[in-house]
Amino acid sequence: MTSGPGMSGLILEEALLWEKGKKGRSAFSMPQQDVPEADLDASLLGAAPDFPDLGEVDVVRHYTRLSQWNFGIDTGLYPLGSCTMKYNPKINERLAATPGIASAHPLLPELSPGMLRILFELQQFLAAITGMDAVSLQPAAGAQGELTAMLMFAAYFREQGGQRRRILIPDTAHGTNPASAALCGFKPVPLRSGPDGILDPATVAAEMDEQTAGIMLTNPNTLGLFEENIRAITDIVHGAGGLVYGDGANLNAVMGIVDFKRCGVDAMHLNLHKTFSTPHGGGGPGAGPVCVVKRLEPFLPVPRIVKTAQGYDLHSDAPASIGRMHAFFGNVSVLVRAYGYILSMGPQFLKKASQLAVLNAVYVREQLRDTLELAYDRPSLHESVFSDKRQHAFKVSTLDMAKRLIDHGYHPPTVYFPLVVPGAIMIEPTETECKEDLDRFIAVFKEIAREAETDGERLRQAPTRTKVRRLDETRAARTPCLIG
Amino acid sequence: MKEIDELDLPGDVYYSSDHEWARKEGETVKIGISDYAQDQLGDIVFIELPDVGTVFERGEEFGTLESVKAVSEVYAPLSGEVVAVNTDLVDAPELVNEAPYENWIIELRPSDEDEYDELLSRDDYLAVLQG
Repeated sequence: MTSGPGMSGLILEEALLWEKGKKGRSAFSMPQQDVPEADLDASLLGAAPDFPDLGEVDVVRHYTRLSQWNFGIDTGLYPLGSCTMKYNPKINERLAATPGIASAHPLLPELSPGMLRILFELQQFLAAITGMDAVSLQPAAGAQGELTAMLMFAAYFREQGGQRRRILIPDTAHGTNPASAALCGFKPVPLRSGPDGILDPATVAAEMDEQTAGIMLTNPNTLGLFEENIRAITDIVHGAGGLVYGDGANLNAVMGIVDFKRCGVDAMHLNLHKTFSTPHGGGGPGAGPVCVVKRLEPFLPVPRIVKTAQGYDLHSDAPASIGRMHAFFGNVSVLVRAYGYILSMGPQFLKKASQLAVLNAVYVREQLRDTLELAYDRPSLHESVFSDKRQHAFKVSTLDMAKRLIDHGYHPPTVYFPLVVPGAIMIEPTETECKEDLDRFIAVFKEIAREAETDGERLRQAPTRTKVRRLDETRAARTPCLIG
Repeated sequence: MKEIDELDLPGDVYYSSDHEWARKEGETVKIGISDYAQDQLGDIVFIELPDVGTVFERGEEFGTLESVKAVSEVYAPLSGEVVAVNTDLVDAPELVNEAPYENWIIELRPSDEDEYDELLSRDDYLAVLQG
């Protein structure tokens, strides 16, 4: 039988810290007292916090055991579509931990010309990769990058003398787009993608008018398809005085290949944690830089990093700016990792990374096309979207197959997204997986599809090799228990 | 998940291609989601309802349904003003899964009677589902 790297192993139980330890146990030895004892000021006294009483070994084992319950890209294949879970080279961690960088104090920028140079050059790199004119590194995440751009759109239309109230968002755009637009006073107008999974310019033309600020487009879209009509679409939007926002979430497919300015994009954000290999998930810190064309540059957040005759400086004198989006200069340690990644790859290998990401995804698509129903059978890029249509007859769903993959030691792909594909299974292997590992994953998925026909119950019970079995997600959502 | 022939599609309501149903009750129309929609969504865990008095255009989003799989918008199959919302669903969203045609979501006073006649009959809706 085909199997993935997943085995059952010894998993150690671990209690909450407060349930461990013993009164008086400590991981710290006080040095001998060498000053006279004195009473504390009464105003400083109060009830002591409830810290657990633990020895050093208790704490180390606690976190080591918790980490063993975890699964990450350093553990194995993590083909979570639309999230670009690619491996982060460890050299980037080493660079970010360099004492001169890790200890640089943000309140003393004039003492850190090297840090300003890193940030300035990173802006230039990102402009070169996307084809855009100017960059702000401030936004702390992709969604804040979207918000930054939408605030700039609103500021642009205010300056033009007429605020616009609507914005067009296709059903294959990223999920946070409508929220970012709504926060800036734009009413999201959903557009349906065509039968081939991409947007028809006629659909845009029918909704675009003088009241509409523009369009938010993800390209490649969340089906992994390139919006081939991008130029026609951006011409329609610009023709009605609108602006085009490009969600760069899927940039990993097209680094150094697509010039977004020539496509007609006016502003876009990048997810450094997806494309430029910085830490991913866990709530941050993240980075979602925004790249814009010349006419939107005056609205970028301040302070801007500028090059002077003496070196680098920070400028805040920009009356049209939307202001600050983040304290200091953004999440600098994350930005340093992206800088290291770009420098270590160079233009040639960034482009190659995108080509291999697409090649890997297309390879998985072609190998699985007889096993799973392909949602849109046309050329696709860095991810492919399947569905569970062929498994319906056996009463096996996308969820069952995803859970069974866990038994084999794989993180499941993205499931039930994008919403335009019922029962979606969205696989994005990224460029960092080798052919042997992809072949094993493909063989496992084929085995799971065979099991669906012969032993569906096994899939409906999965996962069975994990520390906990299938969780009752419905009960967890309806009656959440948020304390221990 | 249900096969198309396992779906409950009563003939006393009219459907939209966005999978909502509408049932005329005197001056007003009750609106909910079809058996197909609840089956596709899976276990519903949260429903966001509009305020009574809100006016919606046909096709406009009037609320959201959150299931363990996804968050999905619900669209008004008719234009009109919300005269009531089913507050039972706030604490028991699973009612929509259990009996989608008894557990309506909003009640509208339609602003254009003709729109009701443009909705899909059971057979037309079935044809939409069969694609």
